[in-house]
Amino acid sequence: MDAPTFRAMADHALLVEFGDDPTPAAREAVRRLDRVLAAAPFAGYAEAVPAFVTLAVLFDPLVTDHALAEAHLRGLLAHPGAAPAAVSERLVDVCYDPDVAPDLAAVAAQSGLAPEAVVAAHLAGRYEVVMYGFAPGYAYLAGVPAPLQLDRKPSAVRGVAAGSVIVAGAQCLVTTLTMPTGWWVIGRSPTKVLTGDAARPFLFDVGDRVRFRRIGRDALAAGV
Amino acid sequence: MARAVFGVVDAGPLVSVQDGGRPGLMRFGVPGSGAMDRRSLMIANLALGNPSGAPAIEVSRGGLTLDCVEGAVSVAVAGGGFVVQVAGLRLGSWVVVTLRAGDRLTVRQGPWGSWTCLAFAGRMVARDWLGSAATHAPSGFGGGMLAPGQQIVVDAARQVAEGAIPCPVWARPRRVVHAVPGPQDRVFPPEALEAFFGAPYRLTDAYDRMGVRLRGPLVAAGSALNLPSQAIVRGSVQVAGDGVATVLLADHQTTGGYPKIATVVPDDLDGFVQLRPQDAVRFVAVEARAAVDRARSRARAVAGYLQALKTL
Repeated sequence: MDAPTFRAMADHALLVEFGDDPTPAAREAVRRLDRVLAAAPFAGYAEAVPAFVTLAVLFDPLVTDHALAEAHLRGLLAHPGAAPAAVSERLVDVCYDPDVAPDLAAVAAQSGLAPEAVVAAHLAGRYEVVMYGFAPGYAYLAGVPAPLQLDRKPSAVRGVAAGSVIVAGAQCLVTTLTMPTGWWVIGRSPTKVLTGDAARPFLFDVGDRVRFRRIGRDALAAGV
Repeated sequence: MARAVFGVVDAGPLVSVQDGGRPGLMRFGVPGSGAMDRRSLMIANLALGNPSGAPAIEVSRGGLTLDCVEGAVSVAVAGGGFVVQVAGLRLGSWVVVTLRAGDRLTVRQGPWGSWTCLAFAGRMVARDWLGSAATHAPSGFGGGMLAPGQQIVVDAARQVAEGAIPCPVWARPRRVVHAVPGPQDRVFPPEALEAFFGAPYRLTDAYDRMGVRLRGPLVAAGSALNLPSQAIVRGSVQVAGDGVATVLLADHQTTGGYPKIATVVPDDLDGFVQLRPQDAVRFVAVEARAAVDRARSRARAVAGYLQALKTL
């Protein structure tokens, strides 16, 4: 991975950019810097926001500035030290019954697969949490198998229920709020990304692996 | 322990419980939220001897009417130039006043400003989410939006000296706003940057706690560059494919793929949000280093004012 570019955001943040291309190598570079920064923050550090090729690093401008923050980050990049990744695998239950998977037939038609083959392909995918965004708990999972990679709908559909399992392009997401979306709804999950547990309020950390497990209508209704 | 209770008679759209915000969770998709005008929240709280980030009510231009139904407590209002009335009597827009059972308080749109904060001397009981009562408007998480019929309870209610709160010049609406170009300024042609940092813009009605869309010269990105989504901060100015710019605010989405032409400095953001739809605004480019210097000298001025407020 080439040396990143540092760009200022207002008076209180730097955007560290590892190129423009969302490759696995760029993702790993973002995560490595995120980890070593968490282990060795600088005075005035506030928080960091990982994404596909960037790590935004926020700080208190009364304590530090862009140049000092950049120097610290360059030091970490040069001498990352030991910050082993703690990658967990998370299991997400999903029901693909037609009434909670309103777009399964459309995805099947566009991909040229039978609906059951769409389900099998989705279950076979190896997913990874790339970043959160859009709204609380919206974790973008990379790893949708190629046949299921569709452009999003021409316009958003309103009132898509919380817990919907939606796909667009190479990404999959389990929604946490009832909101409009232009993504394809292929299932519903009772697994809570917003856990309600104060000690661990979010199910995923960026970098986690995710596997989907099929459940039936009864298990969905029971909120298993 | 003294307690005061209020009934919400009327609450306009976007009247919500807010506090000092919910920092540190952007990596999980959770923006900072909190009061749109962060200083007005601090001022209203400090004028009552509360912690500066304590929960309070943020009143939008939709206005708020409360009846005190039990007990007595002092309240403070600071923020926009709103019309504040108690039992039909008009007070100043920035004021500390004591309300007793039977008193009706109304706070409604006045000569200037879009938001004002109403704080209670004591501990306003509010629903917490992830350590903060700030309402995240798109989800309703946190203390929540106010609705008629709802009750507001203030524990450990106190009474403090009544009177006007001085309104410093930096609390007024900011028609000239400093912004640091970038972080994706490189995808815009020079004439787009020139237009953004030169031409007048106006706020539109598409204005809520997530952001405000601007009207003015279009500043479309030069290339159809498909940027991978990256972090947004409060103050990011994102430009959609059609060249329309939006300033993202307290309840912003935490990441997005539209290029950001500039980021408004936090110091100017509190004054920016006090503008109203159709108001004109100009963006002035400032280098990152100069922006830090400005932030520090501004912080000293604000700290001096807040210190004086505590000893009023």
